[in-house]
Amino acid sequence: MEKELWKGNEAIAEAAIRAGCNCFFGYPITPQSEVPEYMSVHLPQAGGVFVQSESEVAAINMVYGAAGAGMRAMTSSSSPGISLKQEGITYLAGAELPAVIINCMRGGPGLGTIQPGQGDYYQATRGGGNGDYRTVVLAPSNVQETVDFVQEAFDIADLYRNPVMVVCDGLIGQMMEPIEWRPIPKRALPAKDWAANGRRGRESHNIITSIFLDAEECSDHNDHLTAKYAEMEEKEVRWEEVQCEDAEIVITAYGTPARIALTALETLRSEGIKAGLFRPITLWPFPEKALHALAGKPHVKAILDVEMSTTGQMLDDVRLAVEGQRPISYLGRAGGVMPTVEEMIESARKALKEVK
Amino acid sequence: MIAAANCSHRISIITGHYGTGKTEFAVNLALALAETGRQVMLADLDIVNPYFRSRERRQLLEESGVRLISSSQACSDADVPALPAELLTILENREIQGVLDIGGDPVGARVLARFQPKIVREDYQLIYVLNANRPEVRSTEKAIAYLRGIEATTGLACTGIVNNTHLCGETTEAEIRKGAALAAAVSEEAGIPVLCHVAEERFAAKLSDLPETVFPITIRMKKPWE
Repeated sequence: MEKELWKGNEAIAEAAIRAGCNCFFGYPITPQSEVPEYMSVHLPQAGGVFVQSESEVAAINMVYGAAGAGMRAMTSSSSPGISLKQEGITYLAGAELPAVIINCMRGGPGLGTIQPGQGDYYQATRGGGNGDYRTVVLAPSNVQETVDFVQEAFDIADLYRNPVMVVCDGLIGQMMEPIEWRPIPKRALPAKDWAANGRRGRESHNIITSIFLDAEECSDHNDHLTAKYAEMEEKEVRWEEVQCEDAEIVITAYGTPARIALTALETLRSEGIKAGLFRPITLWPFPEKALHALAGKPHVKAILDVEMSTTGQMLDDVRLAVEGQRPISYLGRAGGVMPTVEEMIESARKALKEVK
Repeated sequence: MIAAANCSHRISIITGHYGTGKTEFAVNLALALAETGRQVMLADLDIVNPYFRSRERRQLLEESGVRLISSSQACSDADVPALPAELLTILENREIQGVLDIGGDPVGARVLARFQPKIVREDYQLIYVLNANRPEVRSTEKAIAYLRGIEATTGLACTGIVNNTHLCGETTEAEIRKGAALAAAVSEEAGIPVLCHVAEERFAAKLSDLPETVFPITIRMKKPWE
């Protein structure tokens, strides 16, 4: 198929429309405003509903309502706006509603900066809302993956009746890249016979709720959700390994830092340093087993985790996966500043030197 | 010089659908004009895009003798569409060769409306940058719709089309030729001449058969891993 040049954010919106998204609720915030902007023009033309809500809180609750009625609903925002949506996300998870949430991350905390960031890793993977819940978190590292994952996100959400997040950093949302519209893997999706969309010959109305006042009932509900999350962990985990077959130093990175790492690998390899990239594609479920296995291979000497976060958030998951088999060092930049190719090379050299 | 040939006017205003590569063209044009020894000022007047702005190349531009004007805000990343007062220097000082890098679409071109009475008194050209790989402007009809929208918003008439068809790192000679065909069709339909075809240096020599000149560029608006 012929390639087209798309900006990340507008491609997200177009991908959602192609995936059959028929309800979008959102509120503008840099650097993701092109998503609602594109939706406002194109979703109504495709027969869908676009509402610019009065706030991010309203948007996520509109998603709850539309998803509850069986619609393919989506919202998008950037970091501070995603913070506002957390209550809605836990309600979606509790009520087992499928929905897609896009976070085009910027630097924080608070209002932070409009430049790219990855400081929402904890929020996305640990659940920023209350209670025991999980959301599948897909982390594309280019515009092509972004359009593929946004389309798949709707299917994953419908399959498990659970919210799915796609997190990209602001750079991916703002940059232009060639893409092609290729078919995504087909999944057999269950009928939405649970939707609150009228009696339709049923004996009683379907009810969508996250409240289970009886403790036993709520406990059973949690067990049911946990079994569902275990299935997601087993079936939905994704990652990519680049030049890891003989790597002495393995860089762990996702999103834009993973792109930067690919350039760093070229230089390191040209210097005779065997470097590889382990890139989690799902941040939850984290590819724990795969990273554990890689770290245990005799050729691996050290791990270098790189993020657009100064505290080191994915670093926790890397440590849990590596389980002390190898030393782990960290390179993080935040506040809208990205780690450079040179910084990555320098950190990789240093990490190797420390173990040799 | 190719730059001088394409910019015989004192002020070049670079407009187009967003994502067509206006900033890349504007930065290269300003650098090429500076090489001819003229006093060049480039104004970053994009009020739409927060990233990939000409002001990110301030050092390169200033070292090459191009004076860059950008937002008057102390923090250049604030998403406040404040216009720099210095813009008037370009509009009023006739010694200066000016390049105005405008945000995408009629929305971005709106910044020009308030300066329209001043601009029309100057020797200017309104350039419409076209990229045939951008889905919103792939057809002649849609490309002209954006062009007319920009004219209506600014109150200025477009004087030339620049074919800037590319696919980032995946650009081929065929892509540029595809853009040339679209530019020719838009030109005929809209009655506006094609000024030039933008091509990275590596393609420039292969495209000498095109009816209009080829404007060779070096990619300046790079991604962090490039």
